[in-house]
Amino acid sequence: MTKAARIAAFFLAVLVAPAEWLSDRFRIVRNRHLAVLGFIGLALCAVPVRVAAQSECLACHADKTMQDASGHSISVDGEKLSASIHGGLQCNNCHIDIKEYPHPGHIAKVDCKTCHADEGSKLAASVHSSSKEHPCTSCHGNAHEIFPKADARSAVYPLNIPKTCGQCHSDGAMATKKGLPSVYPHYMDSIHGFALSKEGLLVAANCQSCHGSHGILSHTDPKSPTFKSNIPKTCGTCHAKINDNYQAGAHGHGITKGDLKAPVCTDCHTAHAILQPTESKFRMQSTPICGSCHKDKLSTYHDTFHSQLGLLGGYVETARCWDCHGAHEIYPASDPRSPINKANLVVTCGRCHAAANVGFVQYQPHANAHDRKLNPALYFTRLFMNLLLISVLTFFVIHTVLWLVRARLDQVRRKSGNGGDHA
Amino acid sequence: MEVTMPELAEASTEIKAKVPGTERHFVRFTRQQRYMHAVLFTTFLGLAGTGLPLRFSDSIWARGMASAVGGFGAILFFHKFCALGLTVAFLIHVKEIFTRGLYLREKGIFWGATSMVANWRDAKDLFAHMRWFVGLGPKPQFERYAYWEKFDYWAVFWGMIVIGFSGYAMWFAPFFARFLPGWALNAALVIHSEEGLLAILFIFSIHFVNTHLRPDSFPMDMVIFTGVESESEFEHKRPREYARMLREGKLEERLGEAPATWFVRFARVVGFTAIFIGVTLLILTLTAYFD
Repeated sequence: MTKAARIAAFFLAVLVAPAEWLSDRFRIVRNRHLAVLGFIGLALCAVPVRVAAQSECLACHADKTMQDASGHSISVDGEKLSASIHGGLQCNNCHIDIKEYPHPGHIAKVDCKTCHADEGSKLAASVHSSSKEHPCTSCHGNAHEIFPKADARSAVYPLNIPKTCGQCHSDGAMATKKGLPSVYPHYMDSIHGFALSKEGLLVAANCQSCHGSHGILSHTDPKSPTFKSNIPKTCGTCHAKINDNYQAGAHGHGITKGDLKAPVCTDCHTAHAILQPTESKFRMQSTPICGSCHKDKLSTYHDTFHSQLGLLGGYVETARCWDCHGAHEIYPASDPRSPINKANLVVTCGRCHAAANVGFVQYQPHANAHDRKLNPALYFTRLFMNLLLISVLTFFVIHTVLWLVRARLDQVRRKSGNGGDHA
Repeated sequence: MEVTMPELAEASTEIKAKVPGTERHFVRFTRQQRYMHAVLFTTFLGLAGTGLPLRFSDSIWARGMASAVGGFGAILFFHKFCALGLTVAFLIHVKEIFTRGLYLREKGIFWGATSMVANWRDAKDLFAHMRWFVGLGPKPQFERYAYWEKFDYWAVFWGMIVIGFSGYAMWFAPFFARFLPGWALNAALVIHSEEGLLAILFIFSIHFVNTHLRPDSFPMDMVIFTGVESESEFEHKRPREYARMLREGKLEERLGEAPATWFVRFARVVGFTAIFIGVTLLILTLTAYFD
């Protein structure tokens, strides 16, 4: 309204001068009345002047059916425009090549960078740099109806962002046609997506919380917040304590040292389809993820009752990797802070096995029955059981097959029919 | 055959068997023994059906089977329930043996022709039987319990002790850990699952064929359900026992009544259901090895 106030002051000055001149000529008119007239004049004149430029254009462009030569709508909703963040601008603030009426049939494309230079240069360096495929309006919506991002009507309001990005990054949409993964449905089914869509949680991570907005870089770019080694910091923006724990643990140390094989948040939690970690689906899917690096541990885990019961699904409680090793602050067993340190085993096992005692924790959750040196007793137990199984079955299969053949031959020779039916 | 119906001596046993009430029946199993077998095979099927999905939990059918039973919780519940049932049956059986053998001083429990304990004759029978298989000798004459029947019995006896002990060691691990070494808890699962697998493979293939599906008994030996068998079958299958009973003049003491038709039908349905379930589990087990 400061602009309006300045205009009002100007008109007041213009109005006041003729009033004094008039009052000299016509004495019956008093200053008091003129002051009132002046304010009425202000009220009548100030508004039309401010809107004058828009309203002149809207005289034609308010027509909802108006189209340009190529059939695109060139109609403008004056009410929405004046309510939008750009409502105070004149049409030719953006459409700068229009100077007079009638204007040329073909006019230049509006360049948002004229005002928004910073955003423009970030966008030019981003994955969305092609301005033809990614005009500002593809995210911000209709150029004449743009609202500030804190306004719920804005296409970039936090609760609207996933839908806005999902226009391209969804099943069968533009980005997926170009070979990029469809992420929108995954996000919407994730813990972040639920927080956003179901709870309307404004602080829930939306697309731009992790990827940024104008300067989005590929996850292969070391400067990108979604580059592997930057991910803990990116997630840590919200999950600060977990990031601290992670950084203290073996995986965090690995990443800090530049070992990109070490897992970051997204390796276990995935990037978009992030689940509640207590959910059975997460507990079912994550053990193989740890096992993709710790192959020998996964295979020995598979031999245990923990795995056998866990694999059947539904039994959420059976111990998975992180139930014993910790999830974020993973320390080697030699570290006294580790839950699998000898001194902590009774407590760790006792979280599920209420009666766990010193003898009980001698159980080896990763014993290898095929390793004679590491687990000799188990090795020979398995060997004995296997030999017993194989020898008994081999002997009796041969015995039974021979018997079957002989008994049948004998029966046929005796011509005694089937010899059955002994009831 | 000649003893009862000399006029039909030349006819096949099939024709004889089809005329009900024309043959004498002899008791082989008591009512308690038949009930014991019923409890044994029902709980065993239950244990196998709930144990296999755990043993082969990464197979394609394990999860489906687990959810069919009612999920992981139901699987463990049924497994433990059947285990308790079988344990009780086992203890009753052991008590019965000692009562009959030591308290009542019944003869033939621990040794002799009618005992389950293996003897020298069983070894000779085994070799004679195998010579007969390949046509090198006559068919041996079996006593009350043939060597493979004794093997079945002791395999189950040993199996129940081994599987039972390792199972309870896992069920009550913190308690057993007080006096077992640490590796024993690891070994318990190996022993439990390997011995269980042996039992499943053995019962559902060897026992089914040896006892029920072989030509002499095909398709099912009903004596374990009805408790009685016809004289011709008795004489054909256990000629040595038949001859001994005849010689001792005790054959008539064992006379029983032919089973009612409805009971035979009922027992058939139960028996075939058990065999069907067993063979299905056997096939699933084998697919788990080869998929």
